[in-house]
Amino acid sequence: MKQFLYFIRKEFYHLLRDRRTLFILFGMPVTQILIFGFALTNEVKNSRIAILDNSKDEATKTIIHQLEASRYFDIVEYLHSYAELEPTFQEGKIRLAVVFPEQFQASLLHTNAAPIQLIADATDPNVANTLTNYASAIIMDYQSAMKETQDFPYTITTELRMLYNPQLKGSYNFVPGVMAMVLMLVGAMMTSISIVREKELGTMEVILASPIVPINVIIAKMVPYLLLSMVNIASILLLSVFVLDVPINGSLSLLVFECFLFTLTALALGLLISSISDSQQVAMLVSLMGLFLPTIMFSGFMFPVENMPIPLQVLSNLVPAKWFYYIVKDVMIKGTGLETVWKETLILFGMLIFLLTISIKKFKVRLE
Amino acid sequence: MSTAVKVEHVFKTFQSGKTQIEALKDISFDVSKGELFGLIGPDGAGKTTLFRILTTLMIANKGNAWVDGLEVMGDYKEIRKRVGYMPGRFSLYQDLTVEENLSFFATLFNTSLEENYDLVKDIYVQIEPFKTRRAGALSGGMKQKLALSCALIHSPNVLFLDEPTTGVDAVSRQEFWELLRKLQLQGITIVVSTPYMDEASLCDRVALMQDGKIMDIDSPKGITGKFKKPLWAMSSADMYKLMHDLRADERIDTCYPFGQHHHITFKDDHQEVNPIENFLIDKGHKGLSIEKIEPTIEDCFMELMNR
Repeated sequence: MKQFLYFIRKEFYHLLRDRRTLFILFGMPVTQILIFGFALTNEVKNSRIAILDNSKDEATKTIIHQLEASRYFDIVEYLHSYAELEPTFQEGKIRLAVVFPEQFQASLLHTNAAPIQLIADATDPNVANTLTNYASAIIMDYQSAMKETQDFPYTITTELRMLYNPQLKGSYNFVPGVMAMVLMLVGAMMTSISIVREKELGTMEVILASPIVPINVIIAKMVPYLLLSMVNIASILLLSVFVLDVPINGSLSLLVFECFLFTLTALALGLLISSISDSQQVAMLVSLMGLFLPTIMFSGFMFPVENMPIPLQVLSNLVPAKWFYYIVKDVMIKGTGLETVWKETLILFGMLIFLLTISIKKFKVRLE
Repeated sequence: MSTAVKVEHVFKTFQSGKTQIEALKDISFDVSKGELFGLIGPDGAGKTTLFRILTTLMIANKGNAWVDGLEVMGDYKEIRKRVGYMPGRFSLYQDLTVEENLSFFATLFNTSLEENYDLVKDIYVQIEPFKTRRAGALSGGMKQKLALSCALIHSPNVLFLDEPTTGVDAVSRQEFWELLRKLQLQGITIVVSTPYMDEASLCDRVALMQDGKIMDIDSPKGITGKFKKPLWAMSSADMYKLMHDLRADERIDTCYPFGQHHHITFKDDHQEVNPIENFLIDKGHKGLSIEKIEPTIEDCFMELMNR
């Protein structure tokens, strides 16, 4: 037991004395959360737009005012003729132009119909789509407000309700994703590197030639990174609750338990990688290519798995991060309990047992 | 005297791509208890592989071996408690201090520095002033002493040292061998390998290894005693030309460069040296020195290699 505890202590020495790596390990989740939260977001905010108001009546003023008031748009230009439109787009000053025809209010009141033209810069189609949707929604709002005072015959309105994420925040999606990414990276890559480093140094030879039981070596190697991962989970959750306003709707203890389970799976994968690689570079490459990329691609966090070809969908089932991502989304965002995620939990658990069994079997008591 | 290490007809092959490399070919030898036994041979002779088989880290393809009376295959767990091993590329934990390194290896073998302090005292007092220094900041000689302490800390019956003096300066090497001698007095059997032939004479017995085979096993005196031919050391101002001229001459059997001198044997054991000297003077060699010398282990090694 003393032997085992000192081994863990030694692993902590390694971890704590390598300041640079430690800094990266603790800094990585924080920066990733912040980068995804504030920089790499696909929400559209403060887009510059131009207004070409040929009518200048009460109705157009109200609509313009509402556009201006929304946080999506910044009106940077008031144009006076169609001819000015194209150059303004070409200079890249604006992404969207809203054009009101002459006699807007008059035709709206008299014929019950008035067109508004939305012209968008579609060089980035997604942004163009989003912007026109936002603008249409604001215009629809105006229309429905009018409806209350005047009776429009036969108007059909759709009422949308975005469940769990009414503001359609991107952070609801990437917090679980970043968690999967960080835990996978810290767990698998760092464990495998720390074991392979001993092989490179030749110290593994002495450890093997000593009376210590292999399982103790394995566990001692895992403990520090398990703790480190727990610290990372705490910092990610704190950041997402207090900085990004992503709530934890479900049970916190269940969430932590699932993180613990996933971390163990990542550690077991790291062990497996360490048994097939002989140098730190190989261990790192295998972890990055073999784990990190699939985590990003197949967990559903960047690209929806449902849109992939069937063979890739089948393949994605092998990626532990996919199940973890489902679980975290359900527990954290939807606020459901074990009754909805027990299947995914069991799958993760099965993967853990499977990986641990192989890696302990593959951990050799000899050099070959 | 009882046997500490026994090796019987050990073969070991490695698969490298499609070719098979024979690392050990029919190795047999015994080491008595309390003996300082040297495995001498160049890189690639198979020394490390042999060490790994004896420390239970590898399994021989054929043959068997016993360490401290235990079979290396079946009793590997017991052997691991009883032997100390210092691998060739062993470099300690650079980010741990001297003391932490030592404590780690002590606890690894279920003991502590305090318990076996007497055993490593002689070595440890030399590195103790630096005990809070990280191992990475030690000099090469200090590192080796620390590594030796780590291998010794659990009071092993047999100590395996794979090239402990490689890359260490001459003074530290000498000190290291003195330490080994002291350990031997405490009854520890030591098997040590080295590519330095001059260290062979410091062992009780040596095995000369080349290409996975043992060419000869004997005491250092016994080995040099088998070198029957008269041996000459020659030097001149132009050593390269000297070797060239000597090797071209038909009276010369062998000529090898040995640092400051070339070591030469003649084809005829009764060859007079004067005609050779005159011949070299005629060739224009200046500052010529010719001296009859006693053969060293390296001379014997060269001779055995050429057989």
